[in-house]
Amino acid sequence: MAVTDPTATPLAAPARPDKGRSLWTDARRRFFRNKAAVVALVVLVLIALFAFFGGLVARYDRETVDFTLMGVNARNGGPSLATGHYFGVDDSGRDLYARTVQGTRLSLMIGLVGSLVAVLVGTLYGAISGYIGGRTDGVMMRIVDILLSIPFMFVLILMLVMFGRSLLMLFIGIGLTSWLGMARIARGQTLSIKNKEFVEAAIATGVKRSAIILRHVVPNLLGVVIVYATLLIPDMIIYESFISFLGLGVQEPNTSLGALISQGARQILSGGEAAWQLWFPLGFFVATLFAFYFVGDGLRDALDPKDR
Amino acid sequence: MITYILRRLLVAIPTILILIVLSFMLMFAAPGGPFNSDKPLPAAVLANIEARYGLDQPYVVQIFNYVKNIVLHFDFGPSFKYRDQTVSGLIAQGFPVTLTYGSWAFAVSTVLGVAIGTVAAIRHNTWLDYLAVGSAIGASVLPNFVLSPILVLVFTIWLGWLPAGGWSNGGWEVVVMPVIALATTYVASIARIMRSSMLEVLGSGFIRTARAKGLPMSRIIWRHAMKPAMLPVLSYLGPAFVGMITGSVVIDIYFSTGGIGQYFVNSALNRDYAVIMGVTILVGVLTILFNLLVDILYAWIDPKIRY
Amino acid sequence: MGDVTTSAPLLEVEDLRVTFRTGDGQVNAVNGVSFALDEGETLAIVGESGSGKSQTAYAAMGLLARNGSATGTVRYRGRNLLELPQRELNGIRSQEIAMIFQDPMTSLNPYMRVSDQMAEVLMLHKGMGKRQAVEEAARMLDAVRIPDARARIGMYPHEFSGGMRQRIMIAMALLCRPKLLIADEPTTALDVTVQAQIMRLLGEIRKDLGTAVILITHDLGVVAGFCERTLVMYGGQIMEEGRTEAIFATPTHPYTLGLLSAVPRIDREDEALLTIAGEPPDMSRLPPGCPFFPRCAFARPENETIRPPLVTLPDGRRRACHVPVEEILARKEAAQ
Repeated sequence: MAVTDPTATPLAAPARPDKGRSLWTDARRRFFRNKAAVVALVVLVLIALFAFFGGLVARYDRETVDFTLMGVNARNGGPSLATGHYFGVDDSGRDLYARTVQGTRLSLMIGLVGSLVAVLVGTLYGAISGYIGGRTDGVMMRIVDILLSIPFMFVLILMLVMFGRSLLMLFIGIGLTSWLGMARIARGQTLSIKNKEFVEAAIATGVKRSAIILRHVVPNLLGVVIVYATLLIPDMIIYESFISFLGLGVQEPNTSLGALISQGARQILSGGEAAWQLWFPLGFFVATLFAFYFVGDGLRDALDPKDR
Repeated sequence: MITYILRRLLVAIPTILILIVLSFMLMFAAPGGPFNSDKPLPAAVLANIEARYGLDQPYVVQIFNYVKNIVLHFDFGPSFKYRDQTVSGLIAQGFPVTLTYGSWAFAVSTVLGVAIGTVAAIRHNTWLDYLAVGSAIGASVLPNFVLSPILVLVFTIWLGWLPAGGWSNGGWEVVVMPVIALATTYVASIARIMRSSMLEVLGSGFIRTARAKGLPMSRIIWRHAMKPAMLPVLSYLGPAFVGMITGSVVIDIYFSTGGIGQYFVNSALNRDYAVIMGVTILVGVLTILFNLLVDILYAWIDPKIRY
Repeated sequence: MGDVTTSAPLLEVEDLRVTFRTGDGQVNAVNGVSFALDEGETLAIVGESGSGKSQTAYAAMGLLARNGSATGTVRYRGRNLLELPQRELNGIRSQEIAMIFQDPMTSLNPYMRVSDQMAEVLMLHKGMGKRQAVEEAARMLDAVRIPDARARIGMYPHEFSGGMRQRIMIAMALLCRPKLLIADEPTTALDVTVQAQIMRLLGEIRKDLGTAVILITHDLGVVAGFCERTLVMYGGQIMEEGRTEAIFATPTHPYTLGLLSAVPRIDREDEALLTIAGEPPDMSRLPPGCPFFPRCAFARPENETIRPPLVTLPDGRRRACHVPVEEILARKEAAQ
């Protein structure tokens, strides 16, 4: 095999680089022509800057309790430049700005990690299933179907309870489910790539199956995978926020947008005088989701071969 | 058709059994779980469990007993936390509540989503269409836990129209907000799916034939376009069902409606394994049965499916 | 224009234009088409795909795609179909003018039983009850020779073969005994043997019911022996129109000549197939002159900018070409 491999690559290569180059430059041009997507991208960059460097301008850290505001929170704990609590404080007098920075960072990371797992596991699973085809494909996809029909939130919560609530468990739980949809999409795309000339050329020259999947199929899935991965991030963020909203997700002193929204929401139930506790995390949450949706949409228009 | 349903049931039943057995095994495997507990359980509860599961018996017998009791008596055993409560008793209290607002939310999502999607497709590229698409995008960033506090803020605190929660025998005023909170994202998703599938159907050859036959537009939509355009929506109803059942947990917590979600979260916080498992199994079974129903509906609508 | 009847023509199309708004600008599919059709007459509209022949028919029936619009007049028994309110147009569709389409796979609703699809026409237009309508529909299926029609009428379209489906389409179109049947490429999607059967069926029905037929096709082989008159379209315009025998015997337009040469003929096997070089025109950027100019063997420079008018020859034939008839006929003689 080691002998045939080098001969195969030049055969298959001509189809890809020049087609690939124009495809990506084309896609970039199309993406930047889409105003909504560009605006969303800018918003996303700003949110990321806030999440990772916003802490530098915080006057308090996320755990320090501002005792001067104890008891008079609803009256004096609101957003203010004078006190240095730009977003106000929460019920226990902790700086909401610092907490929102941290919550946004955690939500973004959950989204990225969940999406990354989906890309790694889902793409490979889908590519293998689609490339091998036949009965293997049938069984592999049936497994995905069954897993997709399970109410995973319940299983995840069950796991969190049994194995203890930790960030790691949360990452594992979200990663476990996130790849399913990706596997389906990657498989569908593989089915159409499978019959392209460069794959047939590789088969004809005797390249190993695993090499074909990794070198010829997977790189050509990239466009679709990127689009879907981007659209998956907001889903993962919602997923984590849901669990954290219930108090079963991240644990103090860590926090996420979902946990912060949960606190704000409880504020509303007790009269809503400190509504800023809801608005700030909720605003970042909604803005983040919107931004990801529009960027994903722009990427789809730019990259999805269906529209070409 | 009957044989098709029977065959699908034959597949569903082992799936349900596997689900139950897997949950039970998970409970055994759990570190610090109830059976190899390092945290001692209250003596009375332990006595309950011992009597119930026969902890001196081999695992296989225990699993068999657990499954047998669920299948034959709908009995999930005693709660690990409260000695005078059984899991089935808790479910019997909570489930009617969840079922009430859940089915409302489900009906609202489907009917409204299909209606909005259809109108948007018929009025393609008019302000109505843009309004529908715009609202659908907006609604997609408002999951139940974001919408719930906003609703309470608006309808309870600002307008003072609706109570912030409770159930009080399920009068309309306590059902409205849970239904809106639960249904909104699904109205949006269904409307988007319906719009694009209706657009595709309306552009197809057989709709042109129907127009050439001189049928009025209303008849074309209802008799010719609705069925095929509904198929993608139908495939989405399974995931939507799961989503809403999951969302009910947030509703129960936030609006204190007292549905099964409330027991689920409380027992999750209290590590009451029996209740968590009972609810998980119940939800799993419901999901499997619902998907079966969707498959049957699909086969009934699409004559090309052989059963 | 053939026999002159005292009564007004059944269908009279005048200066019909069809445009589509698309992402790449406006597409002019039909550019000023005029023709008339008498009761019981058969007319073939011939042209390559994209010549505007199908859109002419869709415009007349009000079946244009959503982004299309038509101007001019399409007068059916004196009423302009393009300006008719939807309700009245629906009354004419199927009852007066019926249509069958190219692909019987997609033009029947796959989700409805054939009986329901046929019966609804009669229930709507003739006010029949369901039972009576199905009965009548089954009789019509018998008439188009679908074996065992009464038993099979309750089946779904996918349970029939392609040829059978086209027969069902024809039966459905004829349910209300329309005065005019527009057949848009009725045989293109079918096997060759089935094509002949369908054309024979259409011919018989035309004779039995006295229905006027507009046959839209790209296949000149189908036209001969079926249509009294032939209209040749290119670039959304009429190139030539006249009695079918005359057009076949002495084509006076370079495009018609090219089309005829492209028809394979069994009696002259040795001769290589003549095809028309080049591509059909881009309908969003038609040249100002003759649309056929870039592909025309007779083209002269001035034809590129001056559009040839549609003129009527002494024998009633119409043609739109700058090249003298004699020159084209001479070339034809030479080729033979």
